[in-house]
Amino acid sequence: MSNSPIVVAHDEHNPALRHHFADMEQQREASEMGMWVFLITEIMFFGGMFLAYIVYRYLYYPAWVAGSEHMDFWWGTINTVVLICSSLTMALAVRSAQVGQRKMLVMLLIVTMLLGCVFLGIKAVEYHGHWVEHQFPGPSFHFEGPDPQHVELFFSLYWAMTGFHALHMLIGVVLVGFIAFFGWHGKYGPDYYNPVENTGLYWHFVDIVWIYLYPLLYLISHRHLH
Amino acid sequence: MATVAVQTAERENYLNTEYGIRSWLLTTDHKRIALLYLLAITFFFFIGGFFALIIRLELLTPAGDLVQADTYNKMFTMHGQVMVFFFLIPAVPAVLGNFLIPIMIGAKDLAFPRINLFSWYLLMVGGVLMMYTILTGGVDTGWTFYTPLSTAFLNTHVVTAALAIFIAGFSSILTGLNFIVTVHRMRAPGMTWSRLPLFVWANYATSIIQVLGTPVLAISLMLVALDRVFHFGFFDPQRGGDPLLFQHLFWFYSHPAVYIMILPGMGVVSEIVTCFARKRIFGYKFMALALIAIAVLGFLVWAHHMFVAGISLYAGLAFSLLSYFVAVPSAIKVFNWTATMYKGSISYATPMLYAFGFIGLFTMGGLTGLFLAALGIDVHVTDTYFIIAHFHYIMVGGMVMAYLGGMHFWWPKISGRMYPEGWGKLAAMIIFVGFNLTFFPQFVLGYLGMPRRYWQYKPEFQVLNVLSTAGSTILAVGYLLPMAYFLWSMRYGKPAPDNPWNAAGLEWTTPSPPPTFNFEETPKVTWEAYNYDQIKEAPVE
Amino acid sequence: MFETFPLWPQRASSMAGNVDALFIFLLALCGFMCIAIFIMILVFAARYRRTKGREAEQIEGSNALELTWTGVPLLIFLGIFVWGAVIYFMERTPPDDSAEIYTVAKQWMWKFQHLEGQREINELHVPVGRDVKMIMTSQDVIHSFYVPAFRIKQDVLPGRYTVTWFRATKAGTYHLFCAEYCGTAHSGMIGEVVVMEPAQYEQWLSGGPAAPLAETGKQLFMSLGCSTCHRFDTQGRGPNLVGIYGKPAELEDGRTVIADDNYIRESILNPHAKIVAGFKPIMPVFQGLVSEEQLNALLAYIKSLSQPPQGTAGTRNTPSTSPSGQQQMIQVQ
Repeated sequence: MSNSPIVVAHDEHNPALRHHFADMEQQREASEMGMWVFLITEIMFFGGMFLAYIVYRYLYYPAWVAGSEHMDFWWGTINTVVLICSSLTMALAVRSAQVGQRKMLVMLLIVTMLLGCVFLGIKAVEYHGHWVEHQFPGPSFHFEGPDPQHVELFFSLYWAMTGFHALHMLIGVVLVGFIAFFGWHGKYGPDYYNPVENTGLYWHFVDIVWIYLYPLLYLISHRHLH
Repeated sequence: MATVAVQTAERENYLNTEYGIRSWLLTTDHKRIALLYLLAITFFFFIGGFFALIIRLELLTPAGDLVQADTYNKMFTMHGQVMVFFFLIPAVPAVLGNFLIPIMIGAKDLAFPRINLFSWYLLMVGGVLMMYTILTGGVDTGWTFYTPLSTAFLNTHVVTAALAIFIAGFSSILTGLNFIVTVHRMRAPGMTWSRLPLFVWANYATSIIQVLGTPVLAISLMLVALDRVFHFGFFDPQRGGDPLLFQHLFWFYSHPAVYIMILPGMGVVSEIVTCFARKRIFGYKFMALALIAIAVLGFLVWAHHMFVAGISLYAGLAFSLLSYFVAVPSAIKVFNWTATMYKGSISYATPMLYAFGFIGLFTMGGLTGLFLAALGIDVHVTDTYFIIAHFHYIMVGGMVMAYLGGMHFWWPKISGRMYPEGWGKLAAMIIFVGFNLTFFPQFVLGYLGMPRRYWQYKPEFQVLNVLSTAGSTILAVGYLLPMAYFLWSMRYGKPAPDNPWNAAGLEWTTPSPPPTFNFEETPKVTWEAYNYDQIKEAPVE
Repeated sequence: MFETFPLWPQRASSMAGNVDALFIFLLALCGFMCIAIFIMILVFAARYRRTKGREAEQIEGSNALELTWTGVPLLIFLGIFVWGAVIYFMERTPPDDSAEIYTVAKQWMWKFQHLEGQREINELHVPVGRDVKMIMTSQDVIHSFYVPAFRIKQDVLPGRYTVTWFRATKAGTYHLFCAEYCGTAHSGMIGEVVVMEPAQYEQWLSGGPAAPLAETGKQLFMSLGCSTCHRFDTQGRGPNLVGIYGKPAELEDGRTVIADDNYIRESILNPHAKIVAGFKPIMPVFQGLVSEEQLNALLAYIKSLSQPPQGTAGTRNTPSTSPSGQQQMIQVQ
């Protein structure tokens, strides 16, 4: 770790160096670690809902099957593919920043944003479908079939888990937008790209949450297709 | 009264480097942010204290004759919420931790100064929302928000209170995140993990809990809000949900939360005891490991709050056993502090008086935890005043005393002034007496069977309640004194030297108050923590 | 002005002495530890007070001491754990032949249903020396049934039954408190447990009007149409309920559950959550159609169809019989 004095001539260091750090290396390490710690908090946040899901699925499995049968398998699968592709473009964007390809970086970030918006759009279509089918919990909920009370609980978890996920996706799209904007203005290059990297970490995390949500919500009943 | 000698104002320090409200509200200096936090939590302490006053006044008589039942229910609810989330959780980390951690490790600031400022704003937004809740009618769920009472049976501002706490929770998470990265990445050359002051270790352990636990509180409150606003059924048996699931999620955070509240205080006590006994800490490695052990084990015991809630007998057994494990590291710390005093050279300065108080009262509170971990006893005393006494002994007798001790210890560094020592000692003693009179009778009340959260009670409980209320008035006076003389000292206090206590630790190598960037040159550390074997001179009494 | 100034609660149950014994032991142990630490601190503070010319003696630590004061407390704690666990085990295991009393808690009162038919509000009459099991549920929020003199407490939950038990050992009147915050009149949700000598209790029982609880349950069983499908042969569209209580039930989805109080309750309110193997999900849902008191009556009736019949508070303690004992006991219903 450097022990250089505080005052450094300004043309001696990267303009992106924040002055409480000794050097870019320390700044990068701190920034990366900070993002990982933040993602751990997000795991704990979603974890509470996953716990509720596991407990109630164990107690009311038939209702979970019934609820899952009302998910739109195709929209969910398309969304999963969309997100995985967006993670690919995001990872490639990080690499572009690393090698200093500004135009490629911005293009890939924009594609990532677009894919994110496709995801959100499909979710909006799905939500609308569930809404008109009276599958939103509360006074308007209606379900033909046994044990509607616990099917309603399934839907409560569906709306809460995918809702918080969608909120995180939206924040992610905005974040990627900011990075694309700064990237267009040449802020990132081989000697400073960790905001891109960190955004990539966040994006991958949100993707992984969906990869868990998808089978847990959409794929239960397909085991029962005779 | 003679004005203070001029030389203190001249040297540039973090207080006088810039003036104006913008320089404070937009600061990224961890020391200024610490003061912003100090203002905030002091304000909330008095709000929470006001509610406590109403509670104790009501409880002077068995009948409910001061306020209405609904009002009383709001009083204890908001007392708990404000004290826990807006005072105890931020107090030592966000005030003392923020101020000291970078300096103690030889850094210029925390890893993420702007996030630090953002954390303060989050606390303020949460606080404003909490004040809004209070001023527009309040909330009466109990600080524990148990369902389905909170989701389906109350008409008060449950959602705004939950949101306020949710936002304050993120303040806590970001502070923890900041501290973790700072301690990992920003230590000066030579400042190895085994040379860190225990205050840093304590805040590090606290930060781990904050980062892992608080998000679970966040989601619990969100789900309560969803249940309430949209009639989702997570916790409502009428809609297929389970009220016990809420309790598990809530206590999964709220038990570790009590360690968030006490660990930083333990760190403060280690700093004070070593300094005022002029000794290296006894068993440094064990002390550091004990902090980590408490943090880890603290996550495994949450359902000891639920022994009579309807969990299975076997779950009860498991959580009781684990609760006894978590008691061990705390015991180790008490023994080590005592051993540190052995053959020391002990001064009775105000910070040391608070440390004595902490060790005694924390020991009492902690020992009563042994009673509660015993399943057979807990069945009788849970949800009674025994519990209230237990946690107030630790939170107030322990934590608040540690906080005040730390404030006195580091006040010279923070403000550049000495507080008046005579008044300091007096206040400490008043607080000690007032505290014990307030809360010791509550142990008896609890075993007798007086339940908690009772607006009216059976007449045979009155004498003990009167004693408790009498104590609380003494305690209130005790708390007002430091407020008054700290303020006084900012103008009229003796200017403080760099190291008035001749204490070990990097913070004492900087001027009082420190310059904005803490160090002229990044320190190179070659000595162990608490090197009192090398610092020979003790300050004149 | 002040009524009395007690410092110790009365002991009026068979468990109270056990709980007090552990409590007193802990008082002594923790009191001793507290005093030891306080004395050490005071002695050190005085003896090692800072004086000119004497320096502190630096002592790094001592692994031996650390291990000792880690190990010894741990062992002591484990001992306390076992003691507390034994008491808890006893507290949470009602004896097999306990008399049953159904409790429905609601904001802000306690409602009790004796098997003999008596109903009480906020007052609970029980005989001395008899094991009594409280089968409790809430109509609304979580409450908690707390009798300090008995040293028992159990949360009462909506949507399911929870159970506690006691054996009163001293006649008298004892406080009953709600111990889980439940809203406005939480501190007013209090009552009395009136423990009577057996003779007086019999007298009190005979003063009551109503039919035994299981009889009420039988009437409901018929009037609600349960008997249409739940016949006492194998021809019914629903399972035969004779003898099912307390036994395992095999479900359609392959799980096996014990047909306990909560199972029966759930099967009435939400029958499709657990379907017995071999039967179709055609039972109507009774949630919202029966009150908690009616559910208790139905439960009492269904339990009476299993042998041996559950005891009532009015019969005396008989020598223990095994749960599936063949011995015919006095049938009250």
